[in-house]
Amino acid sequence: MKKIRIEVRNKKGEYDAVVETLKRDVKDIGINVLKDAEYIEVYTLSGEIEASDADRIAFELLADRVIQEYNIAGGFVPVSGVHSETVEVAYNPGVMDPVQESAMKAVHDMGIDSVDSVETSKKFILYGDLTKADAASIADKLLYNKIIQHVVVSEEKDKEIAAYEFKAVYVDIVSMSDKDLMNLSKKGQLYLNLVEMKAIKDYFKKIKRNPTDCELETIAQTWSEHCKHKTMRGDIVFNGKKIKNLLGNTVMKVTKELNKKWCVSVFKDNAGVIRFDKDNNVCFKVETHNHPSALEPYGGSETGVGGVIRDCMGTGRGAKPIANTDVFCFGIPDADVASVPKGALHPKRVMKGVVGGVRDYGNKMGIPTVNGAICFDERYTGNPLVFCGNVGIMPKKFSTKKVSPGDLIVAIGGRTGRDGIHGATFSSAELTAESEVISSTAVQIGNPITEKKMVDTLIKARDLELYEAITDCGAGGFSSAVGEMGEDTGAEVYLERAPLKYQGLKPWEIWISEAQERMVLAVKPKKLKALLDIFKSENVEATVIGNFTNDKKLRIYFKDHKITELDMKFLHDGLPYTAKKAKWKAPKENKEITFKLAGSLTDDLKKVIAGWNVCSKEWVVRQYDHEVQGGSVLKPFIGVYRDAPSDAAIIRPVLDSVKGVVISNGINPCYGDIDPYWMAASAIDEALRQVAAVGGDLDKVAILDNFCWGNSDDQVQLGKLVRASYACYDIAKAYGTPFISGKDSFNNEFNTGKKTVAIPSTLLISAIGVIDDVSKTVSADIKESGNLLYVIGKTYQEMGASQYFAAKKVNGGVVPRVRPKTALKTMERVVSAIKKGFIRSCHDCSEGGIAVSLSEMLFGADLGAEISLHGIPCENSVKRDDVLLFSESNSRFIVEIPARCKTKFEKHMKGIDHGLIGEVNGTGKLTVSGLSGKVVVDAEIEEVKSFWKTTIRKVMHE
Amino acid sequence: MNKVKTLILRTAGTNCDKETAHAFSQAGSEVTFLHINELIKERKYFQDHQILALPGGFTYGDDIASGKILANELRNALQDEIVEFVKSGKLVIGICNGFQILVKMGLLPNVAGKDMGDVEATLARNNSGKFEDRWIHLSKVVTKKDICVWTKGLPEVIFIPVAHGEGKFIPCDKSVLEALWKAGQVVFQYSDENGEAVDYPDNPNGSVDRIAGVCDPTGRILGLMPHPERHVSYLQHPFWQRLDKSDSSLGVGLQIFKNGVSYVKRSL
Repeated sequence: MKKIRIEVRNKKGEYDAVVETLKRDVKDIGINVLKDAEYIEVYTLSGEIEASDADRIAFELLADRVIQEYNIAGGFVPVSGVHSETVEVAYNPGVMDPVQESAMKAVHDMGIDSVDSVETSKKFILYGDLTKADAASIADKLLYNKIIQHVVVSEEKDKEIAAYEFKAVYVDIVSMSDKDLMNLSKKGQLYLNLVEMKAIKDYFKKIKRNPTDCELETIAQTWSEHCKHKTMRGDIVFNGKKIKNLLGNTVMKVTKELNKKWCVSVFKDNAGVIRFDKDNNVCFKVETHNHPSALEPYGGSETGVGGVIRDCMGTGRGAKPIANTDVFCFGIPDADVASVPKGALHPKRVMKGVVGGVRDYGNKMGIPTVNGAICFDERYTGNPLVFCGNVGIMPKKFSTKKVSPGDLIVAIGGRTGRDGIHGATFSSAELTAESEVISSTAVQIGNPITEKKMVDTLIKARDLELYEAITDCGAGGFSSAVGEMGEDTGAEVYLERAPLKYQGLKPWEIWISEAQERMVLAVKPKKLKALLDIFKSENVEATVIGNFTNDKKLRIYFKDHKITELDMKFLHDGLPYTAKKAKWKAPKENKEITFKLAGSLTDDLKKVIAGWNVCSKEWVVRQYDHEVQGGSVLKPFIGVYRDAPSDAAIIRPVLDSVKGVVISNGINPCYGDIDPYWMAASAIDEALRQVAAVGGDLDKVAILDNFCWGNSDDQVQLGKLVRASYACYDIAKAYGTPFISGKDSFNNEFNTGKKTVAIPSTLLISAIGVIDDVSKTVSADIKESGNLLYVIGKTYQEMGASQYFAAKKVNGGVVPRVRPKTALKTMERVVSAIKKGFIRSCHDCSEGGIAVSLSEMLFGADLGAEISLHGIPCENSVKRDDVLLFSESNSRFIVEIPARCKTKFEKHMKGIDHGLIGEVNGTGKLTVSGLSGKVVVDAEIEEVKSFWKTTIRKVMHE
Repeated sequence: MNKVKTLILRTAGTNCDKETAHAFSQAGSEVTFLHINELIKERKYFQDHQILALPGGFTYGDDIASGKILANELRNALQDEIVEFVKSGKLVIGICNGFQILVKMGLLPNVAGKDMGDVEATLARNNSGKFEDRWIHLSKVVTKKDICVWTKGLPEVIFIPVAHGEGKFIPCDKSVLEALWKAGQVVFQYSDENGEAVDYPDNPNGSVDRIAGVCDPTGRILGLMPHPERHVSYLQHPFWQRLDKSDSSLGVGLQIFKNGVSYVKRSL
């Protein structure tokens, strides 16, 4: 076949942002000889293409004639006279290239039918005294990721993949010894334990045959930790005491006992559903995509976002996505290149990739990313965490689904490829330097436009009631989607009908592939035509791949061969839960602070506020479209310069209503190093107090849990999990706040070859609530000179794992507690004060305590404040200024009150810890006098702000 | 004309259609959402509507270049209908991705004044190299001619958000730039709150002459990178909590849509 190579680059003198960024990044990795670079986009067209057509395609379509030039005669050559190295990067065979499909469409639109395919690659010409090794290092560290791409060495051979010819494969499990079973589990990437493998063996012994490869894969996927939550739902022996179903007895028990009427669907569908207004419900789901993001940060986070959006699209009979929220945990972005273990990517690259993936998927889907958080700790270097969340809205009547025998199974959206094989089981493995080799097929890249088309058409089909049930193809692909939908009925699937990206896939690969942007519907035969017409009208592929039956069996065929016949009961209920051991020893906490209090705390404030876990995340958040759909009421950036941080996000999903949805999160992994119980308690408190800080009603808030832990077979790790789960029950129960959905991820550790590094035990609590009138809410930026400032809530000497201790490099201290009874009263009183209109601004106190909270409020205005620490309500033993300023005690707020409201406000707060600490002024300075009356902080707000803003900017070269 | 009807064109990757529709209906227009496939099939829709709106988004993923593939499709499939639509005195607005499409199909800026112009400019990747969402000030370029029908009665400086990765306006040469200024086709420039010149980040992308929006020589086709439909209510303002609800700067983007609707009512 004829190939035509078209190269496109910017004309000389045109600014090229790609090149400029590359030049800075090359310096970062320690190569200082790169003088200049050229970035060239390469399109390789195949087919019997006329030269004139190729020229037309290059001129009209591929090159921007204003700023670019193209070459169809062998490609651009490097400028002579300067040494250069050329690197070209292309996708690996089987990896989806999103540009291919759109470029083909455009060529067809031009009336040219001779092009059979378009492939893209990127060419970089690097100028300067670079060695070949330098060029290879630049390519490896910055230009490509071998998981999905490769460096083009010479003209590529046609990537013709051989067609698949059916061959029945049976695995002789019945005669296997225990050792053989474990071997099979590991080599086959099934990641099941011996008890589980034996249960499979017993089942097939009973039915007197051996399993096929497809049956084994189906069982492994269904029984994976990812899909079954074996640890959280299994038995745990905690310090000798047996707990049956930890999740059921903690997190889920809260919801059951609280029994809130506005909780519509909890813990059973793809997302939790709560009432929004008289016509609509909203649903919320957060989940992680950690291991894929560790290997391929961009693709991993992209598909994480894509997946969680499909969760909401697959809840009930489908919700329209209205907001994203994303939380990350990374290693330290300016870590020394040499300190990063082999097989792990540098934290800065991980961060850029993850942020890029979340940005592109969310922005291109037209879903605002309204809220998030980032935690930094070097233990996340080999195993970063990527939590992706989505909120959806749906008319009330579409909140449930029902599959009936005889319904057709219709697959919609993207095609199936070899991408994402074994994703569900792979999530149970520990990451090592070799993970990238073993598990490269577990990583996928996404195509948001395919998903966007799908959601547009799905909503149309839903509103016409053309289908009965829907679920997404996430981990486990068709296997998981069809298996779950047909659990109570039975299902038959004909795998040869599934549209494929390319030929050559084995049937079991089609069955468990986690190729993105696919969903499965249950459709009544009489409605099929109308349904297919809708998808066709907007170029979305939809195919009948089988039907639901009434015999509770899962049968899979491939071209007349029956390759699976399993009892749904065995598949879903046959998993033997094994009891795991857990232990916990209470830590010794030392309240005393041994170092001497400094005379001035101004420098400490600057240090704390510039710390990774406190500093401005503007570089990240700015890249997200946080206002598409037009509903944003409280944005991530507030204040006169739109760069001060806000608390919870508020959106109005219905544009002609003042009813809002409030979204927040709580996370502080540092606290878990002392006691995961108080980490979990603090996370719940933080999520709720952020809602309270904007004026959201707490009795209409629901929360989600996301546990990310180390090895679940490690007794200490598991002990921490039990502690955290207990706190979830205790605190959520006391607050009257139900959990509606959640997720857990284990084995988040990285083996460097010498040792295993587990991540800090991390719990993310995400909150969603409904606000009746968003015009009554407040923001955190200080409003007016002359207003009074109060601290609400009591300050304790709780300095353990605080940002102040971290900045001082001091260990020890007491981790912040939650005192739920007082806390709930405090938060409720703040909300009612906001509703009464007393409060002009309100901010919660979290990392960095009162000092940081106050500074952040001042970042939003050209004003200043004079504060006295005397006014802060605190436990009697607190005698140090630094404790008052930097303690991270929970359930506290700073509020701004107009002087005229003083009496009324103080009356309103009666019975709640509150103290007048000072006044807003026009000085542009923050002045704090300590307990002795001496000034302990004297800082220009501008300067403090620049410390806060510089940390990430600097590492990203801005 | 009493009943104003706006056609909101959609395709794969369009994503500001709902809020653009909301802005037009607030301004008093009826709204029809139409997928490009349907419009190609049923061309009568052009006759039934007086305003064609191309909303923001990432049509076809902005693959190859932003707006390029839909621009290519429109030029190849609907050129005659669009020319006819414009010639009959009707209105077109392109916001963000819609602006990119209009420029890349040659409908804007069209200083040559042809039925369907050649490509005279582009919207290139931001100098920052990345997508950014921020609120910016736009100053309305005041000329004697005041040809643009969409900007009547706007204050000298308005405050609305941008959210794009490819918004750097570059004319293909000096003569086009000069012609643009001369004909009064430059409609909006990035500025500070007093209308003074600014650099990054207030000029969010590095546009030549800080150009944020242009119209065609008739003044009836407007394209702009910022999003007026995201500021039609005070609750969308980034610090409405600091302002009095009667402040006239709140919801200022609505005026643009109102202008389109009242022009149709008055002149068609």
